[in-house]
Parts: sequence; structure tokens; C-alpha cells
Amino acid sequence: MDWRGWAEIVFTIGLTLALSVPLGVYLARVWTGERTWLDPILRPVEAFAYTAFGVDRDKGQGWLAYTGSVLAFSAAGFAILYGLLRLQGLLPFNPQGFAGLSPHLAFNTAISFVTNTNWQSYVPEATVSTFSQMAGLTVHNFVSAATGLAIAAAVARAFVANRGETLGIFWVDVTRVTLYVLLPVSLVFSLVLVALGVPQSLASGVEVTTVEGAKQTLALFPVASQEIIKQFGANGGGVFNANSAHPFENPNAWTNLIQIVAMNVLSLAAVFAFGRVVLARREARALAAVMVILVTAAAGGLYAAETMTPQPAMIAAGVDAPVNMEGKEVRFGAPSTAVFSAFTTGASDGAVNGMHDSFSPLGGGIAMFMIQLGEILPGGVGSGLYGMMVMALLAVFVAGLMVGRTPEYLGKKVEAREIKFAMLAVLILPITILGFTSVAAVLPSALAGLLNHGPHGLSEMLYAYTSAAGNNGSAFAGLTANAPWWNTTLGIAMLLGRFAYIVPVMAIAGSIAAKPKLAPTAGTLPSDGPLFTGLLIGIILILGGLQFFPALALGPIVEHFQVLAAAR
Amino acid sequence: MLSQIRPAIVSMVFFTALLGLGYPLAVTGIAQAAFPSQANGSLVTDRAGRTVGSGLIAQAFAGPGYLHPRPSAAGKGYDAAASSGSNYGPMNPDYAARVKTDADALRTEGGAAIPVDAVTTSGSGLDPDISPAYAERQIQRIADARGATPARVREVLLASTTGPTLGFLGQPRVNVLKANLALDARVPAAHPPAR
Repeated sequence: MDWRGWAEIVFTIGLTLALSVPLGVYLARVWTGERTWLDPILRPVEAFAYTAFGVDRDKGQGWLAYTGSVLAFSAAGFAILYGLLRLQGLLPFNPQGFAGLSPHLAFNTAISFVTNTNWQSYVPEATVSTFSQMAGLTVHNFVSAATGLAIAAAVARAFVANRGETLGIFWVDVTRVTLYVLLPVSLVFSLVLVALGVPQSLASGVEVTTVEGAKQTLALFPVASQEIIKQFGANGGGVFNANSAHPFENPNAWTNLIQIVAMNVLSLAAVFAFGRVVLARREARALAAVMVILVTAAAGGLYAAETMTPQPAMIAAGVDAPVNMEGKEVRFGAPSTAVFSAFTTGASDGAVNGMHDSFSPLGGGIAMFMIQLGEILPGGVGSGLYGMMVMALLAVFVAGLMVGRTPEYLGKKVEAREIKFAMLAVLILPITILGFTSVAAVLPSALAGLLNHGPHGLSEMLYAYTSAAGNNGSAFAGLTANAPWWNTTLGIAMLLGRFAYIVPVMAIAGSIAAKPKLAPTAGTLPSDGPLFTGLLIGIILILGGLQFFPALALGPIVEHFQVLAAAR
Repeated sequence: MLSQIRPAIVSMVFFTALLGLGYPLAVTGIAQAAFPSQANGSLVTDRAGRTVGSGLIAQAFAGPGYLHPRPSAAGKGYDAAASSGSNYGPMNPDYAARVKTDADALRTEGGAAIPVDAVTTSGSGLDPDISPAYAERQIQRIADARGATPARVREVLLASTTGPTLGFLGQPRVNVLKANLALDARVPAAHPPAR
């Protein structure tokens, strides 16, 4: 460890936070339909879209109708993407000549991109054509993120409403967020990435004869246009197998900085936009503080784990290794990889610039635990905000029990119905992750996919279901998941993690909207300031720890002690 | 329910046309016009003008007169159409065996302590860089093979060395392909290195 590493971590997080505030102001304007400087260009496009969709802008949707639209939109996206991947061999822009995907791989991949997970069971540069990358995967990089931001807008409106019935119109929210936020930023920064060295080509690749006379095929794609939305939408699906460790996706420190900032800035901006819309800026700052404090702690912990954990393989070979470099790129080293990893697991992004499977046991364990805490630090775009809102409701409920008062949050009474739905949402993660992992651990056809064995093998499986259910998408990639068992169960885990969470959240939003907006009284527990921030951090850590500590103890934690014993 | 199906299908078609074709093709058009070198993979040429690879992608070097890259887990090694790390966990016996074999092989060359990047595979298997310490360790071998002084080789390698961006973002590194092309240009071997 050195001062440069710590400076990089602090600088990156600080820059992300600083940029998320103005972006939040802008996002609030997009949510509420106020004028922006892009209106002259985009208003006509928007009007055309609503006419084509057949949407009446004056008719708001209740929570059931809004949720129905979310599900219908996702189902249509899944059906089209599944068909496109299966028929890839017959479609244009296929210079690689790739055949269609197998049924279970197409099922897994279509769900993966529709749910904003972007888990990849395949080697992209050897599987997915240029057309599928563009017309299939890039599209869902945009619209799955826009769906999260639309739901966040609906949740914000629920807290504004006073005995209200409607939460906005999903079709309008998803269109406005795409047109006014995701597309313009992606257009500009994809070109910045190209200028910094990221390729953007319709060719399948270049064949060269190397200096020493060998043949090398350099695979090419329209990389930059997908790379930027992969991060800005907290998607994380790589154009290449090595994801952001690949020098074509992430060639240098500048592109790395852009990618790390991009993957968290919109999730944080959604929190600040929420604060503006609900007129609760101080409360929003408390939520953002929780996110930033915990993600900073994770980045620091990862940096320490990757530089301080002894390495038995190196000791046995007589190599002095101050840093664990297996699976890391020289241009990034430990600090860039640590902060990237903390952000990508905290943010439900799932891109990696170093291989998590080769991390030190505690390094990989921190990455896994960040996902298990619920993808709220700061979580996916929009989904991080509504996940954190669920935690905030639980926090005020616990505090209410302690002082014996009906809890309130942002002027709304929190009662049995909201807490029941909140618990339903929270329980999806442990049921899915622990349930599937325990079955896989005794199933020979599942175990056949492991690269590493012993406690690390358990970690590979636990990480896979954690990543799928958390809609993260990163992997302990030694696991060969392109097999019927893994593709199918991981697909189901992704579906549950996304939609079995969204439905109770929307039910909470509907019930919150219908309540009268109360003015705070002397008995109201303030939901801002250090006291509430500390309470919320406590709830998140205790909940996550109680659910997952036993499983982690059998994986990363016992492996850490194995490493210490082997290094002695 | 029917009122949900029409917007769902029409909007997916609309977004596919806009975001799946319009957006990436527009970016491709502008990128190819404004940044043709980067957009096509940052290809580099040797003195004869022959395209020998990408400055961003590692390729195999085995000759004693060349700087060697890190080991690679991409395909059968340095396969730029199958990027991959080893994904070995820290306690994997195959990992320990591989590190030991590579470290023993490096020791037969002599030289100083072995830097960690010399015996580890990168995340992509295509890491174009090595640490300055690993470059330093190879100077004597390169100088012997080329019949040049170590000082001369060091001078050329320094020109291909990059420090951390802004002094603290990323790590110092030597680009192996660019350094080797510079060696061929500025320190031609008395006897050309074996192909």
C-alpha cells in the first residue's frame, strides 16, 4: 500500500460524488417534465414516440397499472432479444459468421440483459455477432437502466402525493430518461472513449503477423458505444470476455476513471433527484452518505486485502510479491482494481477490470458481501434508490419500536402493510441465493462447472447466485456456467432478484401515495443527520450479516485461514 | 391488459431502431472519421511499414533480444480473440505449480529478484505492459543478445515507460510491443534475433 493508492481511491469517490449532485438536479427536471436545454431537439421525438406507443399523457397510472407496464415492457424486451439471439446466424452484421445461441444460453442471456444483470455465461467475442451486440445487448443496456430510473421516479412521486392514486406514466418516464439522460451522455462519452483508444468498428477483426512471425487475430466490435452505457446504466456486460480488464475496453487510467465514475454517478444522482422532488434534500443527503461511507470502506478493505494477504503460491516459488497480481493488469495494479471492484459490486454494475476469482479470499469476500447487502451502495440506477428506501423504512420501523411510536418517513406513516412488503422484498435475496447454492453444492452436474475446489469452490457457486439474484453480473469466472443447470437456475435467480423485488416495492409506493402527507411533529424521529445515517448503516450491516455470514464463513473466511496457515 | 401490449411492443421496436442501430452506427461514423487509428484498434507498424499488432494488445515474444510480456491465459496464450484470466483461486494447486515452473525458468536466466507480474497472468491475458522492475530484470539478457551495452538498452526502454496518470492514477508500466519495436529501430542486433 502507498499514498498513491489511497489518493486514487479518495479522488475517484470524491469526483463521483461531486458530479452526481448537478446530474441529480438535471435528472429531477427530467422526472418532473420541466424544460431542459435539449427540449428543442427532443420534444418532437418524444411526441412522436407517445403517438406511436398509443399513450395518453394526461392519464396517470396507479401502482398496479404502472407495475403492469414495467412487466409488459420487460416481457416484450425478453421475447425480442431471445428471438434475436436464437436467429443470430440468419441476421445481418454477422461478419464473424456466428451461429444462433443454444436455447438455455439464449434464455439466460436475454433475462440477464433485460434485468440489468448482464451476467455472461459465454465468451462474447466468440459467441455474439456485431448485430446482436448492437441491436440486442446495447438496447437493453439503455432500457433496463431506464426502467430502474422510471420506478425510482414513481417511488418519489408516492412520497410527494397527498392521498394520491397515480404514480406517473411508465411509458413517459422510460422514454424521457432514455432520451434526455442516457442517450446524450452516451453519445458524447462514447466518442471520448474512442479518442482515448477504445475501438469502434463494424469489422470482425484484424489479422496480423506479429514481430516474431506468429499469426494473431485482433477481435473488433463497436466497443465504445456499448462500453459507455454498460457503465452509465450500471449494466456491466462486457463486449469481450475479460470485460473492462481487456485493453480494448479499458486501455488506460483515463478510461478507467471514466468507467468507475460512470458506473456510480447516476445511482447517486437518483438519490439527489429524489431529494429535490420530495423536498427532502437533507434526508437524501443522509441516504447518499450511507452509500458513500460503505462503498469507501469496501474499496479500502479490498485494497488492504489485495496488498496485505500473504500468497502461499508466491512464497513456495520464492517470489517476493507485495501485491496480488494474478488476474490484474499492470496499468491498473491493486488500487485501481480495488476501487473498481468496490464500485462494481456496490452498484449492481458487474463490470470487472481484474478477475474476482483470483482475489485474495477476503478481497473476493468483500466483493461478494457488497452484493449481498442488497445492491444499494449505491446500487443500480434507480434500483439502488428504491432498495435503499426499503432499508430506510425498516430503519424507521426499528427505531419506532424502540421509542414506542408509529414510525414516519418523509411525512408518511409507515404501517404494517409497508413493513410486510418491505420484508418480502428483503427476503428474496437470501431465499434465492442460499436456496440455489445449497442445491448446487450437492448436485454433480452443477459441481462439474467448478474450476477451483474446497472452500473456494463454494465461493464460486455462492458468488454466482449472489451476482444473479443481486442483478450484479460479475462472476468468480472460473465457474463454467454455460450448461443447462447453471444457465436455467441463474436465469431464474435473476428474474426473482429483479421482479420479485420490484412488485413489493411498487405495492409500497401505491400504499404510501394513498396516505395523507403529515407535517413533522416533536415526536418524529428525524431521518437526516448522523444519528439516522448511523442507524441505517447498522440496519444494513446487521441484516446482511445475519443472512449471509454463515455461508461466507464456509467460503471466503475459512479460505483466509487456510491461506494464513499455508503461508506460515 | 391489451392497453399494455401495444406500447410494450411498439416501444421496443422504437428503442431498437434508435439505440440499437441509430446510436451505434452514428458513433461508428463519427469515430471512423475523427479517430480512425483508435477506432480500428490502435494498430502499429514496424520499420518496414508492416502491421505487426496493436499497441494495446500483448503478443508473444520469446527471442532473447526482445522484452518478454507477462504470461497469458488467453486461449492458448495471447489469443486476442479469446481474452481470459486464469481465474485460479489463491489456494489452487495448479496455480502454485504454474508459478513455481515459471519462476524456476526465469531463475535460469539469472538476474535480480523476480517481480510479481513476471509470474502472474493478467485479467485479460492480453496485458500489453510489464512493470519497470520486470523490464529492468530483462535488460542484461537483451543487451547480450543484441551485442549492446545495458545502458543503451535501458535508455531505449525508458522511452517506452509511462508513469501513473496525474502522478497517482494507475501504475508505472512499459509497453512491451512498442519497446521492442524501438529496440529493433535503435539497437539493431549484431546478429538478428531468432524468429
